[in-house]
Amino acid sequence: MSKEKQVDSGRRGLLVATCAAGGVVGVSTAGVLVSTLQPSERAKAAGAPVEVDISDVKPGELKVVEWRGKPVWILRRTPEMMASLPKNDSLVADPGSNKSYQIDTPEYAKNEFRAREDHKEVLVTVGICSHLGCSPSSRFAEGAQPNLPDDWHGGFLCPCHGSTFDLAGRVFKNKPAPVNLDVPPYMYLSDNKIVIGKDEKGEA
Amino acid sequence: MGTAFKETKVAADAPATHKALAWVDDRFPLSKLWNDQWGKYHAPKNFNIWYLFGSLAMLVLVLQIVTGIFLTMHYKPDANLAFGSVEYIMKEVPWGWLVRYMHSTGASAFFIVVYLHMTRGLIYGSYRKPRELIWLFGFAIFLCLMAEAFFGYLLPWGQMSYWGAQVIVNLFGAIPFVGNDLSLWIRGDYVVSDATLNRFFAFHVIAIPLVLLGLVAAHLIALHEVGSSNPDGIEVKENLGPDGHGVDTIPSHPYYTTKDLFGVTMFLLIFSAVVFFAPEMGGYFLEYNNFLPADSLKTPSHIAPTWYFTPFYSVLRATTSDFMWVVMAGLAAYVVFIWLRSRLSHKVKIGITVLAVVLEIGMLPQVLDAKFWGVVLFGSSVMILATLPWLDHSPVRSIRYRPGWHKYVYGVFFVAFLVLGYLGTQLPTAAYTLIAQACTLLYFSFFLLMPWWSTMGRFKAVPTRVTFTPH
Repeated sequence: MSKEKQVDSGRRGLLVATCAAGGVVGVSTAGVLVSTLQPSERAKAAGAPVEVDISDVKPGELKVVEWRGKPVWILRRTPEMMASLPKNDSLVADPGSNKSYQIDTPEYAKNEFRAREDHKEVLVTVGICSHLGCSPSSRFAEGAQPNLPDDWHGGFLCPCHGSTFDLAGRVFKNKPAPVNLDVPPYMYLSDNKIVIGKDEKGEA
Repeated sequence: MGTAFKETKVAADAPATHKALAWVDDRFPLSKLWNDQWGKYHAPKNFNIWYLFGSLAMLVLVLQIVTGIFLTMHYKPDANLAFGSVEYIMKEVPWGWLVRYMHSTGASAFFIVVYLHMTRGLIYGSYRKPRELIWLFGFAIFLCLMAEAFFGYLLPWGQMSYWGAQVIVNLFGAIPFVGNDLSLWIRGDYVVSDATLNRFFAFHVIAIPLVLLGLVAAHLIALHEVGSSNPDGIEVKENLGPDGHGVDTIPSHPYYTTKDLFGVTMFLLIFSAVVFFAPEMGGYFLEYNNFLPADSLKTPSHIAPTWYFTPFYSVLRATTSDFMWVVMAGLAAYVVFIWLRSRLSHKVKIGITVLAVVLEIGMLPQVLDAKFWGVVLFGSSVMILATLPWLDHSPVRSIRYRPGWHKYVYGVFFVAFLVLGYLGTQLPTAAYTLIAQACTLLYFSFFLLMPWWSTMGRFKAVPTRVTFTPH
């Protein structure tokens, strides 16, 4: 073999080192560019707890407030609405809210009505379907109606892919949505005043 | 290496244009590029109407880029201003409505033309060896178009824009472990917001178009390298004339220039009719809910993607937890079928079996839920198109020389695709979901069983010369 074909190991070593150094710079620059797409400090700061006056929410009425840019529903359920919940226990996918959720279900909401025991008629839930993030619409009327089963006891229907939820935000079985609606941490400041995004354990 | 630079000698009395061209050609291969890529590019002489859609796609691309540039001069990518700036373009910018309608109609026209272009490839086997890369580049162009359409659709910041983006970004949330963080990273906020709009604008107007142009160049260079196929699916380069070109070919210029120009006038006739008389196309090209500004607290009562996404979207919606049992049974049957009927090596078969077992375990309801698999099937329904050159084992390329019943197979496939497309625009009901599930199975079977059915039946004799009647 001719002499020119021989590799100069000193130069080859230098070449490898230069390429490696250049590669590190390239990869870190790409890392910086990718990181700029994360939520900004301002977006993170906008996620503070929200205080809500619920004195204007009459039984059977739903109030929507905004928390972290998402709709949070406050539904004061009538006694009939509360009575409908046990009937759904065998029809819903996760009656005890034990699966894993985007927001961990607070201990005080891991029950049939998914609310605090002391004000169990008031449902506080994030109105975002666990399937693909649409906001379900209220379908409180009982009985047969379009897109709903004939033995409907009232609840919510997601317009996007047809998932149905009962009046505690629990998803019915065999629907596109895998889990129930999220219950955010919340607590009562007084009987008619709640704060969303915060409870005894601190802020969410 | 190379030869020394030599100025081409032009006669002193030659026209100025002639001299100028010679001057340029000495410094840049202008004439060579033109002749290689179009002027003296010899294409089969038997092209029919199906062969118009490639150049029409090019026309629509130019139309979209030009109208898009003028729209960005008035549009504001800001969550508080975006909706208003689109209204402003429609109502106050002189002729702004026309430019915007050309752009919005152009988006739908692009997909119509590209779907027809892909259908041509499918029925005449244009993707077969040695044109696999042309097909792959084309497929990548199709993906870019989908991305363009998706990113662009958020920009008017209407209700449909907003909730459509919300749904698609949340698709990534279905990926185990990293999903939620991934969708957060894509949105740049906890919900679709100003940050999302701003970045989608950047992708729509610069990032994706740059990639798209590169891919179009690659698609055309690859095409002009191996040469066009034709409706008979025979290789015209195998029968050369004394001039070194196929005896069944003609130069693109002027023959296909004039033919394409006729196609262009017909296309523009229809296109203008839509732009002027039905730019909304009954809610299919521009959805009515998008005339309401985005509201993050209220989902419209019926949200559906624009028509060109609905076939794939139907696959997503069809994947319920009950349907997963059907998918699992189908997958198991497919693996058994591969063992019994395929000539793949044992190693490959074992690999496929291991992969299938892993998938089957993942499909159990206790492991990964139907939502995740819906996203997987949705993605697969698009990606599977890329594998066509390797799935089609038919001894002939064109449908003209395939057994008669193959036409019915294609027919069933096209019907299933169209039905999925229609169902995707409708609200889901129990019956519609069942039909969508049946069509999903048909759609995937068409591709997955193609290695077998494409070789079956009595094939007709392929002629040595193209079928052509001079007019």
